[in-house]
Amino acid sequence: MVPESKHNSHAPDPLKTWSFSILMAGCLLAVQPAFGSPQAPPQMPNMFKPQSTPADSILHLSVFVLIITAVIFVVVFSLLVYSIVKFRKRADDDGREPVPVYGSNQVELAWTVIPVLIVLVLFFATARVIHATQSAPKPPGVIEVIAIGHQFWWEFRYPALGVVTANELHVPSSPPSHPTPTFITLLSADTDHSFWIPSLAGKTDLIPNRVNHMWIDPNETGVFLGQCAQYCGTQHAKMLLRVYVDTPDQFQQWIREQTKPAQISDAVNEGRRIFETTACINCHAVTGTVADGRFGPDLTHLMSRDTIASGAVPNTTENLRLWIQDPETIKPGSLMPAMKLNEQDLGALTAYLETLR
Amino acid sequence: MSSTSSTALSIESQWELPSRGHVGMLSLIAAEFAIFTIFVVAYLFYIGKSLTGPMPKDVLEMPIFASICLLSSSWTIHVAVKALRNGKVRGFGAWWFATIALGLIFLIETGREWHHLIFEKGLTISTNLFGTTYYSLVGLHAFHVVVGLIGLSIAMILTLLGKVKQEHGDRADVFSLYWHFVDVVWIIVFTVVYIIGR
Amino acid sequence: MASESIALTPVHDASRPIGTTLHDWVVTVDHKKLGILYIFYSLIFLVIGGIEATIMRIQLIVPHNHFVSPQAFNRMFTMHGTTMIFFVAMPILFGFGNYLIPLMIGARDMAFPRLNAWSFWLTAFGGLLLYFSFIGGNGLYGAGSAPDVGWFAYAPLTASTFSLGHSTDFWTLGLLVSGFGSIGTAINILVTIMCLRCPGMTLSKMPLLAWLNLVMAAMVLLAISPLTAAQIMLSLDRFLGAHFFDTQAGGSAVLWMHFFWIFGHPEVYVLVLPAFAFASEIIPVFSRKPIFGYPVMVAATVGIGFVGLSVWAHHMFTVGMNPYANSFFTITTMVIGVPTGIKIFNWIGTMWGGKIILKTPMLFCIAFLFQFLIAGLTGIMLSAAPFDWQLGNSYFVVAHFHYVIVGAILFTIFGAFYYWFPKMSGRMYNETLGKWHFWLFFIGFHLTFDFMHIPGLLGMPRRIYTYEPGRGWDIWNLICTVGVFFQAVAIIVFIGNLLWSYFNGKSAGNDPWDAWTLEWSTSSPPAEYNFAKVPVVRSRRPLWDIKHPEDPDWKYE
Repeated sequence: MVPESKHNSHAPDPLKTWSFSILMAGCLLAVQPAFGSPQAPPQMPNMFKPQSTPADSILHLSVFVLIITAVIFVVVFSLLVYSIVKFRKRADDDGREPVPVYGSNQVELAWTVIPVLIVLVLFFATARVIHATQSAPKPPGVIEVIAIGHQFWWEFRYPALGVVTANELHVPSSPPSHPTPTFITLLSADTDHSFWIPSLAGKTDLIPNRVNHMWIDPNETGVFLGQCAQYCGTQHAKMLLRVYVDTPDQFQQWIREQTKPAQISDAVNEGRRIFETTACINCHAVTGTVADGRFGPDLTHLMSRDTIASGAVPNTTENLRLWIQDPETIKPGSLMPAMKLNEQDLGALTAYLETLR
Repeated sequence: MSSTSSTALSIESQWELPSRGHVGMLSLIAAEFAIFTIFVVAYLFYIGKSLTGPMPKDVLEMPIFASICLLSSSWTIHVAVKALRNGKVRGFGAWWFATIALGLIFLIETGREWHHLIFEKGLTISTNLFGTTYYSLVGLHAFHVVVGLIGLSIAMILTLLGKVKQEHGDRADVFSLYWHFVDVVWIIVFTVVYIIGR
Repeated sequence: MASESIALTPVHDASRPIGTTLHDWVVTVDHKKLGILYIFYSLIFLVIGGIEATIMRIQLIVPHNHFVSPQAFNRMFTMHGTTMIFFVAMPILFGFGNYLIPLMIGARDMAFPRLNAWSFWLTAFGGLLLYFSFIGGNGLYGAGSAPDVGWFAYAPLTASTFSLGHSTDFWTLGLLVSGFGSIGTAINILVTIMCLRCPGMTLSKMPLLAWLNLVMAAMVLLAISPLTAAQIMLSLDRFLGAHFFDTQAGGSAVLWMHFFWIFGHPEVYVLVLPAFAFASEIIPVFSRKPIFGYPVMVAATVGIGFVGLSVWAHHMFTVGMNPYANSFFTITTMVIGVPTGIKIFNWIGTMWGGKIILKTPMLFCIAFLFQFLIAGLTGIMLSAAPFDWQLGNSYFVVAHFHYVIVGAILFTIFGAFYYWFPKMSGRMYNETLGKWHFWLFFIGFHLTFDFMHIPGLLGMPRRIYTYEPGRGWDIWNLICTVGVFFQAVAIIVFIGNLLWSYFNGKSAGNDPWDAWTLEWSTSSPPAEYNFAKVPVVRSRRPLWDIKHPEDPDWKYE
């Protein structure tokens, strides 16, 4: 079963746990950011700090593989160094050729059989994790999300809950007492993309005309970072990703707010008029208005997001204005056109957008 | 020293390696098989996946006559090469010419089939996945037939100019390997397109 | 015996006009001249590819840098990868193969000398066609642009909808053309080895270099062709509206991936087998012992050739294949580590009990052993599909494959340069400069590619023109870029050494290394006809037999 596997799958092997901890500690020390790690959220991508079962099982397997390869390295490297040191031609060499040795069947057998055994062990350990992750059954109460990759932003739909949003994925935490994993169906509207939040799971690609699946069950709240991991065009680098793991209550609250139609306020009528009569509505949607374009992100609850342009910049007034007026400064090559509005219209439009909570 | 020399002489006298032309042509054929395999895999993969447009069973008719012509040309070229090896240059010329004629008939029939498909059935390479995979696979094969015919024709001209002799039997044999390959590929293409894919 | 094989040293005719010399080189069908042409061509593109890499590394030295635009960066990584694989690595290995194979098997030339020349010029033209994209890439629409779709050009990014202009077509057609050249050379190598060996040289007596190039040539025939097919399909899509990879019409993006990697994975074995060949010739001579386990080395080579054709989808672990497919490709990839590891053990076994001479060629081969070991082990990590779900498409993969291509392949190529430079030029290279080259490049290589593993482990994807600060990637990117400058200086030292030594080096003589294979029985450089009399051999080390008539190898093999 998906949520329980993390805790009672098998009795912990003391040697493995011990060596795992040592290696973990070593790796964590090695990979700490050199100039001190800020304690504020969000959490940096780090496969060595898994917060969800898929990432966790990957880490266990990875440490096992790392240990085996480290041992192989030490053995072979030592032999190499020893042979160079011991069998160097000395300065006082007598000029005779060394005894030619053409081979040795026993030695060849030994160093064939041992690697084959290592391969078998590694393979079985790996196959287990492959099947456990890919064939995990869907328990009842799961959150279903459809992720659609675009050049260069993420569309997230919660069909059962009636929510459409962009770039920032909200999911409830899934503690063992109350497992609520999120199963994500991955689609693409244009080219190949890849969904990668190292702390939560391995990456899975979003490929047009193909349906892929992945799942996460984050056990703690927090904000997790990642980004698109399959080259998708000019702005692949800034197709950033954020996953917000909320408490169940926070998640319900977020759903409630996302399903409300757009706020309508008379104070920003002018801005709304500009929005609805310019090209904006060709790409963008605002529920409850005439705007129903699907090429770009849904803006109904734009102000509920911390960032814009798929994580490229924080969601501030200044950045909003810059994004509308001259997106090339933020994300050169993105598909958002420069709207070329005059100062007054730009101000009004931004004011309108800022009411879309 | 002398025993080494006599060993060397005996090694030398018994030393025989395969002919360059045959090994070279077989290597080329291996590479060509790999190219065709990819087109065949694409064809098989896309069977039944076209979203629109004419389907194979709506438009395809088995090109039995053309296939008989092409496959017989394998037999005629084989007879031609045997004739040349036996020194019968005129017989070689006749059978070689028959091979060209049969190959040409195959191409003309293919051309007629395509004309029918394009102008009467509305199937082009851009119509749907079937059109794409059909024209590319059959077309790639037809291209190889054309190349073969060019080679055959050059040899024909040289024969008519009296430049082809019995000692060229090996070269003709190497060339015939290519032509046999073209025929074997046609058997595969025919099976995939007109039998499995319909 | 020996004196009969050694060709008469040709007199250098210094009074020939330059036009005649140039004409000679352009119309030559001599395998030695063509080999050198291939090598020069590759060195030029090595520098160009290196500049492209330097541009990328400068852009990535700090986050949110503005050294180049994203469009330019994307062209850089595409051109860098394509150039290095197709117009540096392949031609340089074909060049050395062309030069050495006939000499080492006692033949006068390759099996088809004119095909040889045609293949070289086709490859050369392909490279020029690709680089013309910088000028002509947008067709009539404006300034040129090189392809920017990545060296593996995934669909549907390469469709006309997403790749405007003709930059992608330059990629496709340039490689298509040079691909035919590669197939031509592969046929030539295969036929030469199968049909032109000198009397007595059975397959089990030919040098390992010949075996490795034989298997490499067979792989080229089977692997380049799928790429050719896929590129024809892509061109049909782009020019004639076909739908092979048109996902809007039901086409499959994954099909391109399969076709590409059915080429792409064997391709890396095509690159590494000749590198193994150099190591297998240099290490025995500089350890003063025959290669340990010749039959096992042959078997491992053939094994790698076969298994290497079955591992391709380990490049596609993240694509969403079913668990059985993922498991299959995991095990085949792990299995190929076995013959590869056996080779490493055999090379160490060759050094064991020997008298190791630490001259430049051997330094490069020892570094190769160390680096190839690490590269193989990071490969094992990547072969575990779930581990690859984290590491795939990240800088860990970039570090891994550069470890193989630079750390293993380029290092042995440098070794080969130093080892055979005396034969090709008749001069000894400068050993001090050689050692400077080695240490500078070794330091630079490790600075760049050791530390590159870390950002990958920390979540940095590849092919990004910039990255977010504060993710723990900054310092490692900085160090990686610093390493580039060491490597650049090393290359300058290397080229300087080649030039200086060509004009001022000591005369090398026929056999400066006291080696054992047939090329060392010819003059340096060899006469056009290679051997005055075709040699007859009785063992794997014919020159050892001549130099040690009281204890010839054929008594023990």
